[in-house]
Order: sequence, then structure tokens, then C-alpha cells
Amino acid sequence: MSARDEILGRVRAALADVAPAVDVPTAPRVPNRGDLVALFVERVEDYRATVTRCAPGDLADVVVAALDGATTVVPPRLGIAVPGAVVDDGLSAAELDRIDAVVTRARVGIAETGTIVLDHEPDQGRRAISLVPDLHVCIVDASQVVADVPDAIALLDPARPLTWISGPSATSDIELDRVEGVHGPRTLHVVLVG
Amino acid sequence: MSGTFVGMPAFPTAARAALGDTQLRRNLAHATHTIRDKRARVVAEVEDWEELRIAGAAVKEAALRDLATHLETLEASLVRAGATVHWARDAEEACAIVASVTRAHGADEVVKVKSMATQEIGLNEALEAEGIAAWETDLAELIVQLGEDLPSHILVPAIHRNRAEIREIFRRRMGAVGRPAPEALTDEPAVLAGAAREHLREKFLRARVAVSGANFAVADTGTLVVVESEGNGRMCLTLPEVLISVVGIEKVVATWDELDPLLRLLPRSSTGERMNPYTSTWSGLTPGDGPQEVHVVLLDNGRTRALADEVGRQALRCIRCSACLNVCPVYERVGGHAYGSVYPGPIGAILNPLLNGVSDEQTASLPYASSLCGACFEVCPVRIDIPSVLVDQRAAVIDSHRGDRVPKQEALAMKAAAWTFADARRLRWAERASGLAGRVLGRFSRTTLPGGRTAAGRLPGPAAGWTGARDLPAPPRESFRQWWDRTDGGRDGGRQGDGS
Ligand code: SF4
Repeated sequence: MSARDEILGRVRAALADVAPAVDVPTAPRVPNRGDLVALFVERVEDYRATVTRCAPGDLADVVVAALDGATTVVPPRLGIAVPGAVVDDGLSAAELDRIDAVVTRARVGIAETGTIVLDHEPDQGRRAISLVPDLHVCIVDASQVVADVPDAIALLDPARPLTWISGPSATSDIELDRVEGVHGPRTLHVVLVG
Repeated sequence: MSGTFVGMPAFPTAARAALGDTQLRRNLAHATHTIRDKRARVVAEVEDWEELRIAGAAVKEAALRDLATHLETLEASLVRAGATVHWARDAEEACAIVASVTRAHGADEVVKVKSMATQEIGLNEALEAEGIAAWETDLAELIVQLGEDLPSHILVPAIHRNRAEIREIFRRRMGAVGRPAPEALTDEPAVLAGAAREHLREKFLRARVAVSGANFAVADTGTLVVVESEGNGRMCLTLPEVLISVVGIEKVVATWDELDPLLRLLPRSSTGERMNPYTSTWSGLTPGDGPQEVHVVLLDNGRTRALADEVGRQALRCIRCSACLNVCPVYERVGGHAYGSVYPGPIGAILNPLLNGVSDEQTASLPYASSLCGACFEVCPVRIDIPSVLVDQRAAVIDSHRGDRVPKQEALAMKAAAWTFADARRLRWAERASGLAGRVLGRFSRTTLPGGRTAAGRLPGPAAGWTGARDLPAPPRESFRQWWDRTDGGRDGGRQGDGS
């Protein structure tokens, strides 16, 4: 018998005494927290990420200031011009490792947890470009901010690869002392538009 | 048997050794208390935490109760999304699959995301035997691997090491397997983390094959989920050409939406954060982004054995948050190694016997590694009633000895007690003997129990097995019945008997 058939057979035998139906209650929702964008900013900053809020007209300038002259890669359809930036056309990991910063958009922001989710569409680019460089400047539109995790899950397409980002890379592996910055970008700068 | 450390003594022996290590006890107390407090703070922030737990438990329970259907759905979704699905009955089969995929690509190394399932099956050792190096990339796993040590915690496998010990390990061992630690390495956590970043980066950039586990596997979409902090997971899941994920069959949830309570419960219970720094999800292949060959190994290795256990099957709901370890008074004092398995603490004390059976002495000792205080059940985000399963597993251990030619000490004691209690004269005689013993033991006792009663330490002779890990209260000098006779039920104001 194949391993597959044997395992499925064992599962069925193990559950012979069990009725399959269990009611899964809807998970509770957070109460109304008021100004979601303000909460989002507060919670992102809690992770020791930097947040800059700006008007749509100032976005390009704010991004340039955040990059502070760093060598930069951008996804194919960022939607704003970043002077001097390399547009990703399938750069190798080694090439990305020689670039300091990346600018991307995002798909959704979660206020309750201070999380940004990327779905790696062309305004955000491949997963590798927002991972290897050490500074990630991430543009989030105020209209993209939702209350909590279930709202984000409802919006996101699971067929896409998704990266949920809550602050810069961190570890608590040494005496449970939180240290920002291990392998992912050590600096996360969120630019909130609107 | 898999998942257990070869040659580990039974829990009481290992615990005795661990308790003697004051450095270990200090490291553990500091770490467990820190994380306990963090968890309590972020859990208190969620108004409906209990409802969230109920929803999380129900999601996992529903998936388990119809597991065969969900596994078939998962397989179909994965295949549709371009992944190759393998099934592994046991550790050996799973390791062979990973080795053969790796070899097919001519690779002699893999980078690894922290994964309990691959530890359980002993993947690193199996790959090494095939000439394939497996590099652990999680910081704590790296510390354990470089220190040629064993993990002692689900979430923070190097929890038993302090910063000075970690610095020593990095200085002595990094150079032998790659980029050495910098000369100026201090014991600052940030500096140590920086050294790990430099050391591992060349491995990430070079690796062609990665191995991961998964925190969740969504049946209806074929999505795997990895929850992490450092970004080493993202590196492994993104940069190599080939990705092999070893996923226990109990990781399945039915639908994408059902991830919601679990993604809210896990980080708060585990690292005590509102959300962990990184969560990656992927469904098979994405052209032009990430690994272009994706394998998923669905692993049984004892899970169907656990599933068949009416009381114990709830243990398969576990999302490996490690909250139960951090609150456990036994774990806090003895640490993870004493459990002799990659799954330590309260969950390990039930999961190991459920996955492996209780036929060997080491596993059979685990259900007793608990005071049944219930703290584990209280914090468990998926409401696993660990104390009930512990008691049930103790019964399983006793049952497994029913046919023994030489009965266990405990069985003899119970038989003797039944004979004594069955007859009033016998009981009176036994009580007198016990009062005498109380006077003798009281003199030799070395411990005072809460409430001031003295206790005997380790007794010689046949009771050594029992008292080796417990303090036996010295019996009172006078039994209740003797006291009643002497004082006419307390009416003549006689002195109370006590055991002092
Ligand atoms: S048993 Fe519960 S508390 Fe313990 S690790 Fe598993 S999910 Fe967490």
C-alpha cells in the first residue's frame, strides 16, 4: 500500500468513533477603536519602526529624504520616481546584497497589531527585493488601513505569496532580550500617505 | 523511536541532575519569568481572549475530526498550485524524501527554517549521514547546533544558555563551519545577533535548497504558513531554487478564513507580541518569485496513533506556542533537557507518550513530570486540557504493566492498602505501626512541608523509587481513631496528636 493510502486509512480508523461536525464559532472582533490610522501609527512605532505621515503631493520628497542617499532598488511599478534607484528586473540575491535600501508599496495595514502586509504585486515587487536590503521604506496609503487581522484576511488573496511585517527583523533568542535586526531589513521606515 | 534524545535517562534521574545546575536554574527562571510577563500583558489587552481561545480550539478540532477529507483537499490544492506532495509514514521515510530531492539537485547542503517536525524526525543527522550539511538559521537553533547541544525549549531552544556562554560558542565554533565570529565579539545580544547575521548571510546567498516546516497548512487554498521573527525564515523561503516543507498532518486547517483566530492567538501566546515580526504564506509556486520547485512532505510519524486516543487526541491541536512551558513550575526548575525529547514541558509530557506509546521507561516517566497544577491548561491558546491527558496517560502507563511478572512497587502498595482498609482490625494495627514509623521518621526527616509538617527525604529499600522524586510526609504519631478513643472525640479536651 502507498504511504498516502496507509496514512489516510490510519486517520479514518483513528476517527471511527468520532462525529466530524464541530461548530466553529466566529472569532470575536475587536471593539471600535476610533481613529484606526492613529492606532496603526502608534502600534507600528511600538515595534521601533519609524513612521512619517505625509500628504500625497509630498510623497516623493519624503521617500528621498528617508533614503538619505542610500543605493536603492524599486519594484517595476512603484508609481513614484526615485532618482538613481535600480528598477528590479530579476536581480540575483548577490546583486541585491550590494544594495542598501528598497522602496515598496503595501497591500494592507492592520491597526490593532501594527502590521503591514505585502502581496508582492508589481508595486511591491518580488519577495527577495524587500528582504535582502537593510532598509525597507514602505509606503502605506491611509485608506489601506483596516482594524484587525480578520479584515486583512478577508482582503488578501491566498494565491499570492504574502509577507506580513510587524516592525523590523528581531530576535529574543538571547536571554529573551529583544534585539532589532537579524536577517531581514534592520530598519523599517513606514511612509503613511493621507 | 523518533523525537526523543537517544540515551536520555528517565525524567526523575535527568531532573535530579538539572536541579543541581544552579547556572541553568538561574537562566531558566530569568527567561521564563520575562516571557510570562510579556504574554500576560498582551493577552490582557484582548477583551475577548476567552472567546478567541474557544474559536481557535474549534478551528483545530474541526480540522482534526475530519482530517482525512482535509488532507485530500490539501493535497489537491497543493498540486493545483504547482507543488509536489509526498507522504511519509515515519521519520525514516520523511528523511529519505528530503535527502533524495536534495540529491536530485546535486546539492550538498540545505538551509533550514526552525521547525519542530524536522527536529522530531532527526533530519539533520539523517542528511549528514548522506553527506548533506543542514544549516540551522534561527539564532537559537544556530547556538544549539554550534554548541553541539540539544534544544531545551520549543520557541527558544537555547533558553538554557546565557549571553556569556553564547559568546564562547560563537568564538570557538563559527570559524569551523563558515565565516568566523569577529575578533571584537562582546556578549551584548545585539552584537551576538550581528555576528549571526554575517555568519549566515553567505549561506543564504549560496544555498540552492531550503527545508522548512509550517505552522499551518490551509486545505482549501494549499497555503503554507511560517511564523517567525528574524527573517531567516523569509531568506530560506525566498532565495533558494528548491523548497521542501515537512508538515505534520495535524497542521491542517480547513479554510483560509480560519487562520484568523490562530494568527491572533499564536504571537501573543508565544513571544508575547501583538504580532511576530514576519509571517510568510505561500501557495505552491509563483512564477518569477521565490523557489520554482516546491515540495511538501505530509508526515504521520505517530500522529495517527495520537489521533486514535480518545482523551489524548486534543494534543494534536497544539500550535507549539510554548506558553505551557513558560508557566510550568516543573519546567521552570528542570529545563527542557530532562524531558529527553524535542517536545519538552507539559505538552511534551503528553505528546511524546501519545506519539510513541509508553513502552520504554523514559517516555513512561513523562506523564509523571507534573504537579497537575493546571497552569498549562489555563494559558493554552487552543484549550488543550493537559492535566486530564496527563492523568489518562498515567493510567496508560499502569495498564501497560498489568501483565508484568514482577508487579510495580505501586501496584503492590495499592494491593496492600486494599487488604488493610478492608478490615477494621487490620487498619487499627496498621495505624499503630504507622504512628511508630512517624516518630522514627520525624527524627530523621530533613524537610519541612508547607504547614510545618516534617517529611522524609529519600527512603532506603523498596520505597526508594517513590521517594526519589517526592517528599513523603512523616505519618502522624497518633491516628484519628486513636485520638478519638483517648479524648472521647475531643470532649475531654485532650491534646491533639500531631506528627512533630
Ligand atoms: S499545548 Fe497549548 S500552550 Fe502548550 S505549546 Fe501547545 S498550544 Fe501552546
